[in-house]
Amino acid sequence: MDDQIKISCSNIWKLYGENPEKFLKENNNNPSTEQLKSNKYIPAVRDASIDVKTGEILVIMGLSGSGKSTLLRCMSKLIQPTDGQVFFEGKDLLKASDKELIEIRRHKMGMVFQHFALLPHRTVLQNVAFPLEVQGIEPIKRENRAKEVIKLVGLEGREKYYPRELSGGQQQRVGLARSLAVEPDVWFLDEPFSALDPLIRKEMQNEFLRLQNMLKKTIVFITHDFDEAIRLADRIAIMYEGLIVQVGTPEELITKPATDYVAEFTKDIPRSKLLNAESVMNNEDKKLYDNTVNFKEKIEKIASKVLKSEGSYSVIDENKKVIGSLSKKEIIKALFAEDKNE
Amino acid sequence: MNKIKTIFKGKFLFIFGPFFLLWLLRYIIPNYTISSKTPHWAYIPPKSCLGGCGSIDGFIPFVDWTNALIQFLRKYEIFGFFTFRDFTRGIANYVDKFLDFTEAVLHKGFPSYEIGPLPWIFIITLTVILGFYLRGWRLALLGGTCFAYLILFSKRGIWELSMKSLAAISVSAPLAALIGLCLGILAVKRKRFANFLWPMLNILQSLPHFSYLILVVIFVGIGTKAGVIATVIFAFPPMARLTILGLQNISQEIKEAGVMAGCSKWQMLFKVEIPAARSPIMLGINQVIMQCLAMIVIAAFIGQPGLGHDLLIRLQGLRLGEAFEIGVAVVLIAITLDRYSQALALKEPERREGNFVKRNPYLCATFFAIIICSILVFLFPFFNEYPKELTVSASVYLDNAIKSFTRSLFVPLGIFRDWMLIYFLMPLKAVFQSMPWTGVILFVGAIGWKLGKMRLALTVMLFVFFIASSGYWVRAMITLYMVFASLVICALIGIPLGIWASKKESRTKLVLNICDIFQTFPSFIYLLPAIMLFQISDVSAIFAIVIYSSIPMIRYTVFGLRNVPQQIIEASITSGCTERQLLWKVKMPLAFPEIILGANQTLMFALFMVMIAGFIGTVDLSQEIFRALSFSDGGKGLIIGLCVAFIGLTADRLLVEWSNQMKKKLGFIN
Repeated sequence: MDDQIKISCSNIWKLYGENPEKFLKENNNNPSTEQLKSNKYIPAVRDASIDVKTGEILVIMGLSGSGKSTLLRCMSKLIQPTDGQVFFEGKDLLKASDKELIEIRRHKMGMVFQHFALLPHRTVLQNVAFPLEVQGIEPIKRENRAKEVIKLVGLEGREKYYPRELSGGQQQRVGLARSLAVEPDVWFLDEPFSALDPLIRKEMQNEFLRLQNMLKKTIVFITHDFDEAIRLADRIAIMYEGLIVQVGTPEELITKPATDYVAEFTKDIPRSKLLNAESVMNNEDKKLYDNTVNFKEKIEKIASKVLKSEGSYSVIDENKKVIGSLSKKEIIKALFAEDKNE
Repeated sequence: MNKIKTIFKGKFLFIFGPFFLLWLLRYIIPNYTISSKTPHWAYIPPKSCLGGCGSIDGFIPFVDWTNALIQFLRKYEIFGFFTFRDFTRGIANYVDKFLDFTEAVLHKGFPSYEIGPLPWIFIITLTVILGFYLRGWRLALLGGTCFAYLILFSKRGIWELSMKSLAAISVSAPLAALIGLCLGILAVKRKRFANFLWPMLNILQSLPHFSYLILVVIFVGIGTKAGVIATVIFAFPPMARLTILGLQNISQEIKEAGVMAGCSKWQMLFKVEIPAARSPIMLGINQVIMQCLAMIVIAAFIGQPGLGHDLLIRLQGLRLGEAFEIGVAVVLIAITLDRYSQALALKEPERREGNFVKRNPYLCATFFAIIICSILVFLFPFFNEYPKELTVSASVYLDNAIKSFTRSLFVPLGIFRDWMLIYFLMPLKAVFQSMPWTGVILFVGAIGWKLGKMRLALTVMLFVFFIASSGYWVRAMITLYMVFASLVICALIGIPLGIWASKKESRTKLVLNICDIFQTFPSFIYLLPAIMLFQISDVSAIFAIVIYSSIPMIRYTVFGLRNVPQQIIEASITSGCTERQLLWKVKMPLAFPEIILGANQTLMFALFMVMIAGFIGTVDLSQEIFRALSFSDGGKGLIIGLCVAFIGLTADRLLVEWSNQMKKKLGFIN
């Protein structure tokens, strides 16, 4: 097994209904949508295979009911999949005993929940120390560690507060701190910022990126917000009705959508945030103008200055070599690219 | 002709079909067989059993079978060396150990160590501090007032009686809470056990108290410990129910957070699940305490001393003034315990920072209070034992007041009573008594079938068949008539009052508060005004039932009306509805399912109260139960109890199903 790969899922099925195991076997482990429907089985996850690489942020994205949360719960075996395999660091998770699972969860996994899932009767400090407490770590040691993580997420001074005394954003900081207390290898985040106001959400995304820069965890992040996905992801997996439709980098999804569904999804995405100068420039025109931009620069950053100026900009690569040019025309084309498709 | 056709095709037959059926059968089945003066078998259940034994009523000897089982448990050594009765008595002796302790603390003292009971000043002070801690000065004032009343009015020993009752409660409540909690947890963790527990809880909660009091007498005996055990049996079901509800309603995420933290099974239970469900569990404890209080009078029937016992004696002797004084004590204790335990249930942990005293102010206050009280008790005997000379009693004045009150109202009340009897109750009774049992079975079956559930129809038919075959049909119909009469009056009072109350926020609050207070009264209290006003008659029984069981009717009506979505109300107002149209065309139809549920609860309350009203001499099932109690006839008590339970369950199944179907139609539930 490749040690670059932290979690490996293959052919995961999760069906709800009368006797899903039997039904799946009878249909050669691959029932069609019609078969599922006519037998009254509800597919949450269908034949999902995906690898999570060490140190990457994998975002699983889809609308509600697409099976993204179920897939995440199969990875941590919070839910037993109907069929398929999950390997965690090369270990077959579905064959692990309860005891082994408890050990793995105590030391290798951390999880953050959409509605924070804080224990209401415990203070911030006690909540953060909770995973350490259940491991049986002595009080002074665990409280010290908890204080460290609380400081890390910027909640110093609130240790004695109860969850109900905190705002939503602060509560989720506690959730983040709790999941980080045991220094897990893998960090599962299940729509962690969906319940927050847009402004707070942005702030928390920055906070998350800051933490990831320091900690370099392997991350599986669930969201239904494509903006959030492209902001945070190294790779994105798009799910639709239980199927993984496409896995790829944000640029790949936008420039080469695998299906109409993905294309439809990415249509409204502000391209300026994703595309860089290189991908939209005019390749023919290699003159050197007064103004230059770096070829990796995102359109979002340069659009306004190009649009405001009269002339064109040269695009230069890392060796300061001119590889193309940008004028108003290219920028407008890039920003309203969807018109092209029609 | 066309008109008749549409009537029978349309809703008319659908709604009135079963009633029509019942009415038809009533005329088809002859009242008496022609040859003899015995009633026709299809009219009133025949009095001979299948084997031809003549000793019992009805045609299936359930009572004999039950008594045989009881005999077996009493005599046969199923555990090898000892019988089931020895086993239960053994448990009772353990209960007695705890009782000895609480009784010693509260009113007997420890004579062997020459220590007296806890002086009154301690009890009052600690109650006040606890009140402050749980909610604030109002609660503290309530607690203080309650105990101050008990000590001040203890001319006839109210303080000692209260302490006796409290000693019993402080054993039975924790025991019932513990049993309920364990059973609840077990039911959540083991599906199969839940399938067994739910129907058990249903039956236990709809059995009248008196029917298992007899079993307690047989298997445990009489006295305080028997009272405690009866109380525990009565009080644990709501705790089990609320524990199950609480544990099931914990959000999935919190449970997952526990699993992901790596909790073992026990850590999950004690560190995550129970704390997360603590509010419903605490409400369960509140319920347990209230049930225990409701039992203090009923347990007096099997010889538990205390407030209940004395209240009962005074009621029997019609010494209403003294009974009233004790009644106030019971009510005060009930309200105090209710509010304290509610405050406990809603108490959120508070953040306190600073030094030890600042972090634990109430602990320190308690500590200082104990020291100061100890000094006071040591220096002044006044604080140890409240002097008899300073106690008061208002019973003489109360007696006079009641006498002059009833004397002045004797004529109008008498007229009202007779009018009720002649024009409402007697005719209604006649209607109920003229219903053939076969017809009633078909009637409930038809309703069940029409609600679209074959299984429901069969269940309710079986319930009614049990009542008919066990030989208590005529009595059961009298019970049903009393319950129905009360239900009608409750609806006539409760629904308009509910409508009135739902119109304004302030009225709603007021009415619901009054409902709260009335609901905390132990049921026997309601007999007091009933006897005062109407002496001993069906009217006084129904009066007591009506005051007690109007509460849910009002509550559900208010709830239903106030929960109509604001959008719909706004939409109707903008469509130009007048106030009256809004009520009758919009709010009432939408609130109707809730009102039906209210009627269902009212029926349950009424059934419960009918049994207690048997104490003032009605001739229905409750009289039979009281008879069984005085003869310690366990089988009879249990079977009559089951009859009562089945009346309740039949109505409950049908009404709840009806309400649910309406809610589905309205899209309130899926």
